[in-house]
Amino acid sequence: MGFPTNSTRAGTGEAVELRLPRNKVSPRAKAYWFVRALIGWIVLFAAELVWFLTGDDANAGLHVTGLVVTAVVAAAHLVIMPRWRFAVHRWEITPDAVYTRSGWIDQEWRIAPVSRIQTVDSERGVLQRLFRLSDLTVTTASSAGALKIHGLDVEVAQRAADELTGNAVASEGDAT
Amino acid sequence: MTTLPDVVAEETDTGEDWRRLSPRMLVVHPLNELLRAAPALLAVLVVGATSGRGPWWSVAGAGALVLMGILRWFTTTYRVTPRQVQVRKGLVHRRVLTVPTDRVRTVDVDAQALHRILGLAKVSIGTGRSDKSDEGIKLDALSKDVAERLRGELLHRRPVAVQANENTAENVPAPDPEVVLASLRPGWIKYGPFTLSGFVTVGIVAAFVFRLISESNVDPDRFGPFRVVFHHLSSVSIARAISEAIVTLVVVVVVASTVGYVLAFWNYRLTRHSGGTLHVSRGAISTRSTTIEERRLRGVEISEPLLLRAVKGARILAITTGLRVGRGAERGGTLLLPPAPRAEVERVARDVLTDPAAVSVGLASHGPRARRRRYNRALGMSAILVGFVFVLWATNVVGLDVALVSLVLLPIGALLAADRYRNLGHAVSESPGGATLVGRHGSLVRRRVMLSRDGIIGWNVHQSFFQRRSGLATLVATTAAGHQHYEIVDVELAEALRVADQALPGLVTPFLVHPIA
Repeated sequence: MGFPTNSTRAGTGEAVELRLPRNKVSPRAKAYWFVRALIGWIVLFAAELVWFLTGDDANAGLHVTGLVVTAVVAAAHLVIMPRWRFAVHRWEITPDAVYTRSGWIDQEWRIAPVSRIQTVDSERGVLQRLFRLSDLTVTTASSAGALKIHGLDVEVAQRAADELTGNAVASEGDAT
Repeated sequence: MTTLPDVVAEETDTGEDWRRLSPRMLVVHPLNELLRAAPALLAVLVVGATSGRGPWWSVAGAGALVLMGILRWFTTTYRVTPRQVQVRKGLVHRRVLTVPTDRVRTVDVDAQALHRILGLAKVSIGTGRSDKSDEGIKLDALSKDVAERLRGELLHRRPVAVQANENTAENVPAPDPEVVLASLRPGWIKYGPFTLSGFVTVGIVAAFVFRLISESNVDPDRFGPFRVVFHHLSSVSIARAISEAIVTLVVVVVVASTVGYVLAFWNYRLTRHSGGTLHVSRGAISTRSTTIEERRLRGVEISEPLLLRAVKGARILAITTGLRVGRGAERGGTLLLPPAPRAEVERVARDVLTDPAAVSVGLASHGPRARRRRYNRALGMSAILVGFVFVLWATNVVGLDVALVSLVLLPIGALLAADRYRNLGHAVSESPGGATLVGRHGSLVRRRVMLSRDGIIGWNVHQSFFQRRSGLATLVATTAAGHQHYEIVDVELAEALRVADQALPGLVTPFLVHPIA
């Protein structure tokens, strides 16, 4: 470790940065995120519409404004969110570590050594099945340290899980 | 199954048979429920049942709980084999909880007042699996001797066995040699008032009185002491009434906090056993003793609530696998040192850490951008509150005086931000025994977290939208111990990565754009 850190602040330090994890998630994830968000917005929109149609007419203007605002926000969210998320979500597995980046407005990089992995789960919801997608969750002994990779192609997720369990089972102890 | 547990306790080591908890629990359950239902019972006795059914329902509920407690005794059995501890319980839904003895990290033995009178103690066994649902084993309760023996066996078995191999000695648990690291000094009691634990006591007493009043339907106005107080307060000016109430509250809280300190930490002792464990015991009426496997102690946290910091006091919490950090650190059993002078705190921290340098290593500050964020956040929060009060004023809910008084939140916010920034710091310390990630943060409670390299599992680097704009990040070390994650907030991204690389060499290296140094 040939640098002073204990008592001095690092200088400009522009050079040290995390590189992007190698792999993007499946492009179908964009469609999946779009449909999932769309369902949520439709439910909200429908609720507002029912409220509008069953309520008294005194606040009609307010109701219409609410519906328009909802529609505009929903459209913006549906256009921007899937692309942005797809650009941010990345993952990589090396023989020694699992490395992910996730989020869209807030972003998070997570690194966990393969030797400390406890479980590897792949999950598929009903909607995800339609898109042939799968979520991969890698847990460690820390409840704050789980790495989640959303929106992987089913086969890619399966291969990754096999690779990880192959490496991780060999590790000793209870990894706490 | 007919033998009393205390009699067969001698066979703990070889006993394959299932044993019951102490039969004295058949007394404890009813008494506890009676105490809990005390307000209702008093109401029934004093006022009679004429004034409503409420109290009777409480009494019926207490009766049901007594019955369940007694049933629980009959359905709960446990056994300890050299390999594992098992508990069988449940009346309809039978369950068996099994903990392998080599997964036992901590053993917590505590006795409430009633348990102590009857010579009982509750045993909680902590394992490293804190990520799973809270399935630690609790034995409520065993006789005190059995509990102590169980503790010794669970935590000192393996080290003793190792020594036996090396020294070819018999595997007889010799009287455990222990070294006292710290014990309560009478002078420490002066820190009692600054812990503010008395607020909790006052709250509990107030709740009890309130419940008693509501269950017995007594009009507080007709009740002597209350009437005197109300009468007095309404006869003086508002300012005087408020200041009198505040003074009274402060006095009561100070007295209650001091008494609380003495009750909680009387006989406090921190000892190190040759079997490789740390042992904390304390308590005047209810006693508590916690044993921590030292190998699993991943670090310590020095915590200084604002008032305690003002009088140069602090306390130490253990960061270890198998001990959950509950509400109020004392409750979770993680307390290594009660509020004590700073010098003593640092001495004890040095004693228990594998890397003593971590206690005194100088911390790097987080720079001007972190400072700006502290001010933005604190002042922003103050401004929102002030704005809210002024909206209330504009809508005639509160007077102008209240709105003007709320302006004081702005300087308070600024002071808080200044202190929060001053306290931010981080470092990686290294000594022959090991390396430690050190981080300090907070103002109302300042915490210096020292997490050993062995305890760090991985890293999360978090950037919120605003952090990304100012090039800052929050570095999170994940661990299986204590809070499960410890953060270094608002550090420059490059510095965060350097710290991560130094604290746990190699892990982040392959993922950097340019290698460090």
